[in-house]
Amino acid sequence: MYPENLRYSKDHEWVKDEGDGRVRIGITHYAQDELGDVVFVELPEAGQTITKDTPFSVVESVKAVSDIYAPVSGTIVEVNDELESRPELINEDPYGEGWIVVVELSDPSELDTLFTAEQYKEHIGE
Amino acid sequence: MSESQASGLKETPLASVHRALGARMIEFAGWHMPVQYTGIVAEHQAVRSSAGLFDLSHMGELWITGPDALANVQFLTTNDASRLKPGMAQYTFLTNEAGGIVDDLILYCTAPNEYLLVVNAANTEKDRTWITERLKGNAAIDDRSDSTALIAVQGPSAQRVLSSLTDADLAAIKSFRFVNAELAGVEVLLARTGYTGEDGFECILAADQAHALWNRLMEAGEPYGLVPVGLGARDTLRLEASLPLYGNELTDETTPYEAGLGSFVKLDKGDFVGRAALAVQKEQGPRRRLVGFVMEERGIPRHGYPIMDEAGRSIGWVTSGSHAPSLGRDVGLGYVATEFARADQLIWIEVRSRKLRARIVEGRLLQLRDRT
Repeated sequence: MYPENLRYSKDHEWVKDEGDGRVRIGITHYAQDELGDVVFVELPEAGQTITKDTPFSVVESVKAVSDIYAPVSGTIVEVNDELESRPELINEDPYGEGWIVVVELSDPSELDTLFTAEQYKEHIGE
Repeated sequence: MSESQASGLKETPLASVHRALGARMIEFAGWHMPVQYTGIVAEHQAVRSSAGLFDLSHMGELWITGPDALANVQFLTTNDASRLKPGMAQYTFLTNEAGGIVDDLILYCTAPNEYLLVVNAANTEKDRTWITERLKGNAAIDDRSDSTALIAVQGPSAQRVLSSLTDADLAAIKSFRFVNAELAGVEVLLARTGYTGEDGFECILAADQAHALWNRLMEAGEPYGLVPVGLGARDTLRLEASLPLYGNELTDETTPYEAGLGSFVKLDKGDFVGRAALAVQKEQGPRRRLVGFVMEERGIPRHGYPIMDEAGRSIGWVTSGSHAPSLGRDVGLGYVATEFARADQLIWIEVRSRKLRARIVEGRLLQLRDRT
């Protein structure tokens, strides 16, 4: 449920180090399960800068609207446009096809502030 | 019904069943209720294609009885209760002096001068007080909400699910009619009513029999694909059917005419609370109207979002909105100034500071399914 090779934010995003100062970002299994059926993702645009702990995207399930907080700061270099037509990928494959953006880090040291899988599981009480 | 020890919320007699089924529980109107079991979309689809089972025991059951029961019901509600014979039910409103909706409810005539009002859970106490303060003559109100359960079976297979559990002639129970029947050995008031836009039944029964009936319905429904359905899908189902929800479309400040439900107001039946104000509004026409709309740009309308005209002037607000699973579209209900309340009128919804185009739909939103 919570791969060891990812880092996690307190707001339930995962971060995967892609090397070259880039990270891939999505929401965790816990987050997608809490939301339920995801039916809409409001995607940011490539080139947009994001700031740690501020919202950069919105995910809506049937019942709830949920802000997605940037787990790190940087510039968006890639957006998962597939989510426009298949928002359910967030439920079906949160760590794979359900990724949201790829970001070029402005401050790579922010990665160290994120939870490990072990710490995240503790954070969500598992 | 019992209070959950930890939360102070009320629980229905089926709370342990929901937990055993792995339901996700939420607070709703002071109750601890299942919002979903497996997922809102799957539960929604099951009701549209086969059948769903709902615990609605949080709803209120108020009885008005006595020689003057009919006279009181006539004075308190907007529809014409004198048309009801035992075995008949009607949708109606309690309105205030200004014509605002105190509650919407289904009124059942169970015997001459014996009426059951099934009211919204959030309003049970308000309604009981409202009625008690206005009862006249020889009539009494009895709030049996705590000892009464309500279980609904909704969907195209509902009748087939029930048929193996009762000798009652189900086909003979027309819409808004009911019988007293034995269902799986349990005495129930069995009504052909619902809140999903599908055929179905609602069973009103003693709370201590709810567990037994629920289990028998689950067994009987299994071959037909019946699944338990939570409040999440109940909301998307009723929204697609353009059925109003108290607290969203209906409030103390909105009237039946504004909500497009004037056919449940019978001004010619004699005096009733709110009649004078409603007569004036009917004469003049309401200044705002409830409409259904479908989004033409990507975005989901939600309760409270502003509705604007093309120039960006405020013309109303969204009362309910969601992704509609049966339509594959994003839809909503909302009030708009009367001049905009016409079929195919374009309106704009403010979704997180973006202005998104939508089109007003005449009639039920669910009909979009057959059109596309």
